[in-house]
Amino acid sequence: MKKKYSIFSIAKNALKGHKDWPKMWRSPEPREFYDVIIIGGGGHGLGTAYYLAKEHGLKNIAVIEKGWLGGGNTGRNTTIIRSNYLWDDSAHLYEHSLKLWENLSTELNYNVMFSQRGVMNLAHNEHDIKEIKRRVSANNLNGIDSLWLSKEEIQKKVPIMNTDNLRYPVLGASYQPRGGTARHDAVAWGFAMRADEMGVDVIQNCEAHQIKTKNGKIEGVETSKGFIRANKVGVVASGHTGVLAETAGIRLPLQSKPLQALVSEPIKPIIDTVVMSSAVHAYVSQSDKGELVIGAGTDGYNSFTQRGGFDIIEETVRAMVELYPVFGKMKMLRQWGGIVDICPDASPIISKCDIEGLFFNCGWGTGGFKATPGSANVFAHTIAKNEAHQINSAFNLDRFASGKLVDEHGAAAVAH
Amino acid sequence: MLIIDCPYCGPRDQSEFSNGGEAHVKRPDGSAEIGDREWGEYVFIRANPKGIFYERWVHSHGCRKWFNCVRDTSTDEILKIYKIDEERPKLDSFKNNVKTPSGEPNLGSGNFTVKK
Repeated sequence: MKKKYSIFSIAKNALKGHKDWPKMWRSPEPREFYDVIIIGGGGHGLGTAYYLAKEHGLKNIAVIEKGWLGGGNTGRNTTIIRSNYLWDDSAHLYEHSLKLWENLSTELNYNVMFSQRGVMNLAHNEHDIKEIKRRVSANNLNGIDSLWLSKEEIQKKVPIMNTDNLRYPVLGASYQPRGGTARHDAVAWGFAMRADEMGVDVIQNCEAHQIKTKNGKIEGVETSKGFIRANKVGVVASGHTGVLAETAGIRLPLQSKPLQALVSEPIKPIIDTVVMSSAVHAYVSQSDKGELVIGAGTDGYNSFTQRGGFDIIEETVRAMVELYPVFGKMKMLRQWGGIVDICPDASPIISKCDIEGLFFNCGWGTGGFKATPGSANVFAHTIAKNEAHQINSAFNLDRFASGKLVDEHGAAAVAH
Repeated sequence: MLIIDCPYCGPRDQSEFSNGGEAHVKRPDGSAEIGDREWGEYVFIRANPKGIFYERWVHSHGCRKWFNCVRDTSTDEILKIYKIDEERPKLDSFKNNVKTPSGEPNLGSGNFTVKK
């Protein structure tokens, strides 16, 4: 029975004190065998299972997750969504995702709170202006909404911004009106619930220990709940993807680093768009609760500690206070880190590999959240058909031998 | 934030240093003969272990000298610092804190505050 959410069900449950909401998904024990096992119960992994079941008719699927759903980078990012990437290949991938975002709440009948409040990328010097204007033009050629804002137009949109009296003055910005934010947990929960309804086993507290292969073919996954056989395995474990790949003898071009974010005390609405600056390294949006959601940078060294260095926070807070002097006396409530897997060209890998039946969706680095539905959609296609979808064909592993990289360091926003 | 014991200057704040990635990476011999794949691996692929990691640092805002370091990437604990011409310390001389690929060490990861 499909769980429906409506204004009536909310009213009904409100009268009962919200005690009778049904469980959103089952908590099954793993079976002996699955057609497909997805390792990683974040948005990308759960979405992959959802699209495998919905669009490719596969039913015998499991998603295994070491902790709880969306407890990794899905619950740790700054929820920014945009598709203003430079190269055609990336533009198509992120735009595919943005189009899915626009209909996701309806499709899942679950409010992912997708808010198209616009995303601004600031230019602080002559080179930024050239680079950003070039990207705006490239976006327009790919049919992506993107425009150049003058300093005066920025001031009109974000009156609290200090554009002149700072070390790197604000000279202009790109602006994508269809960009915005979404509720990150809701994406994982929505996909999990609808996948579960189609028979996908979502198994939490089940840690993947080893990917087992035999004669160049996948056998299954050794987990904390025993060995599970599978025809196909998709690894979507963000920062830990490289470590898992090693267990199957595969070396991936990934480096894992902590990426930090922080959240302020809640205040009244003050900023109604998303403002990003990669030059001074601060980006900010305001959540519906009123907290400022602030993205910081990555540490300059490999690490799996979900914490990050204090110097990185210092740098971001410094830039924040310069750009928005009005925030100078605010208190920060929380700080955290997530482990991101960074690819040499700042583009993801959505690809099969030398081992038959083993697939990777990784390398999203500092900007994977925006791609959640699109990445899941094309990864499901790749797993089901054993070949890449047209949209992700450039994001293969072979590019690190051929040299046909998709260099998105400019558009990736967080310099790595 | 780490305190790094520069072998030339003594203990200094990590923000004075820059990380140079994996140490002891050897450029393959006969680059004219080897295939694209092997060359691509040399150019793009570096070790990324959760646990014991051999890496290079440079004291950018100090003596500007390079040196090597063994660090546990699951805890950020620095286990050994040695000069660039010194021999690579053996892997089995360090304790591995990570039992499974995504496992957490008992202490020192960012998540330890939620553990008892």
